[in-house]
Amino acid sequence: MTSEHPAVQRRRRAVDRARSRVGAPDATGGGAEVSEPETRARVIPLHADDSSGRTRWRLGGSGPTTRRPAVPSPRSAEPPPATEESAEAGAEEPPVDEAAEQTPAEWEEALTTALDFLRRRLEGDYAVDEFGFDVDLTDNVFLPLLRPLYRHWFRVETIGVHHVPDVGAALVVANHSGTLPVDALMTTVALHDEHPARRHLRLLGADLVFRLPGVGSLARKAGSTLACNPDAERLMRNGELVGVWPEGFKGIGKPFRDRYKLQRFGRGGFVSAALRTQVPIIPCSIVGAEEIYPKIGDIRPLARLLGAPYFPVTPTFPWLGPLGAIPLPSKWYIEFGEPIRTDTIDPAEADDPMTVFNIADQVRETIQHTLYRLLAQRRSVFLG
Amino acid sequence: MPPSVVLVTGVSRFLGGHLAARLAADPGIERVLGVDIVPPSRDMLRRMGRAEFVRADIRNPLIAKVISRASVDTVVHTALSSEPARSGGRTAMKEMNVIGTMQLLAACQKASSVRRMVLKSTTAVYGASSRDPALFDETMTPKEIPSGGWAKDATEIEGYLRGFARRRPDVSVTVLRFSNLIGPRVDNAFTRYFSLPVVPTVLGYDARVQLLHEEDGLAVLERAVSEEIPGVFNVAADGVLLLSQAIRRAGRVALPVPGIAVGSVGKLLRTARIVDYSPEQLRLLNFGRVVDTTRLRRQFGFTPRWTTVQAFDDFVRGAVLRPLLPPDRIDALERVLREGGITAGRQVDKLLSAVGAR
Repeated sequence: MTSEHPAVQRRRRAVDRARSRVGAPDATGGGAEVSEPETRARVIPLHADDSSGRTRWRLGGSGPTTRRPAVPSPRSAEPPPATEESAEAGAEEPPVDEAAEQTPAEWEEALTTALDFLRRRLEGDYAVDEFGFDVDLTDNVFLPLLRPLYRHWFRVETIGVHHVPDVGAALVVANHSGTLPVDALMTTVALHDEHPARRHLRLLGADLVFRLPGVGSLARKAGSTLACNPDAERLMRNGELVGVWPEGFKGIGKPFRDRYKLQRFGRGGFVSAALRTQVPIIPCSIVGAEEIYPKIGDIRPLARLLGAPYFPVTPTFPWLGPLGAIPLPSKWYIEFGEPIRTDTIDPAEADDPMTVFNIADQVRETIQHTLYRLLAQRRSVFLG
Repeated sequence: MPPSVVLVTGVSRFLGGHLAARLAADPGIERVLGVDIVPPSRDMLRRMGRAEFVRADIRNPLIAKVISRASVDTVVHTALSSEPARSGGRTAMKEMNVIGTMQLLAACQKASSVRRMVLKSTTAVYGASSRDPALFDETMTPKEIPSGGWAKDATEIEGYLRGFARRRPDVSVTVLRFSNLIGPRVDNAFTRYFSLPVVPTVLGYDARVQLLHEEDGLAVLERAVSEEIPGVFNVAADGVLLLSQAIRRAGRVALPVPGIAVGSVGKLLRTARIVDYSPEQLRLLNFGRVVDTTRLRRQFGFTPRWTTVQAFDDFVRGAVLRPLLPPDRIDALERVLREGGITAGRQVDKLLSAVGAR
């Protein structure tokens, strides 16, 4: 049970006022919280508000969508990775006697798939969209490379994927951390692997990403594009799922002592993009990414020399050289919250800074509170 | 009102020449005048049919006489050159592009018969950088004003044309920003680049390439001449290819060159007269440039018939590029790999079952 920082409380009250003015639906349905007298310490629920189960609101999706329980079962003595492993093995492997006969067919199929893929690459026979997104390469190379990291290294537990619509656009807004944008990559894997519609998250990246040789073109091939309003709005008009980390370098490069403290949300450009395209905002809280590269120092002159926003010093980097690039195996949770609708607001309000800031604050508070709740539940950084 | 006397500049080159030929085939148009400083090839002259060729320099005020004497009502300016080597060096190219356009506009401003002005511009006016949005629409301006070369010329020319439109509000002005033209017949820096057996690219960059089929380009120009549709329009095919993908589709081999060496490799190719690639085009190879063509479809009423991929494939077929790795060789390689893989896999299986049995 954590009591809140007074500043957070003040922000929260401001947001509540804004919310009632804007007329947006309450994100958590916790109307009682709003009227709570300010003298009482606010209680952060230990479990997500699961009473509603699935969101009533959906974007065209139908049918059962939850693959795994929305909230992890209270952790028992059994370590989570093992449960995940066994659950998957049980789901994917056919009965034992059949398996023996099917094995050759299976690897032959895999070989055929691999050769087909190589042939497509060699002949340039694949489609790339106007942003440079190469689905073939992403599904067959990038995601398989990230998957072991997702499943076995960080043992990511994804909560609330059902809040992400099966079809149509949505804007996933998340907290940024971890010195390197591994959190964005893991969220991409989460939405592809855990979501029934296997959605591709289109990331909005800083211009530094696209300036770097190698990284920039890889980022485009993986579906990201420059974080600017024209691109964000175009993607959402095309019905894509867009991911944004509005804290930017302030968030990802914050010192370790500030972990899980959300930074300022820029100018709220993501809100105006969502308002203009009438696309719901899905707050996403990521726990575990802060600990992968604990940034305990920053060599500013070196950063300036390299044109980077910071030059991180972690317990392992640069002391151990390339070994310092190995992230610490923290246990991750990625929780998607209830969508914040924007289609109830006039798109013209996108140019009203007050509305934009209010919604941005609402999103920020939602993420911050979910972070606090997830952190309160977490017993150990590495075991979860 | 359909045009009766059309003047086309740059008829010695692909777009101008073929446009003049197409217009000459239209019985609704009374006269077609083709202007250039060099005469078109004999083949082109034959194609142009009844179109008249006027050997004149648009930098010379004499052009005003040509326009007024023939009482030209529609001027199509396609003479902008993007290749310094073909126009006798960068200085001559700039002179031809900028001064030529200024003279032409001055002549048009004086001529009361002129009712319509069509400029073939380029999407290079948007520049190409890492900070640009993925797609440019007509309202966007480049992050950095092009510092030189073709893009700067085109930007300046468009500026002069805006000035002309202000001074002559009765003239309908259409600016068509063309993407890179490609096709079996067109010969430009881009097609020559992809015809190299080993194609140098910039290491660590893979540009998005958007093209325009030559036939679509001609059809757009023709439509701009015959209909009055003022405005600025991006003209490009649907979809994109990645540079690496295009090189593979052409059966070429990409040679990634580190950024530092790009300048010297480009210079080498230029001096060897293989490919005339200017620095700004090399920048295009870094980041690529894709434009939004919604306005072309909605307002201009034209939908390109070729997508970028189709246009490129048409070029590859038409140019009869011999792939370095022909499909039958790939087939053979695939067969070997597949059979080898299966044999090896079976052996491993056998081994595993033997071990398991023990």
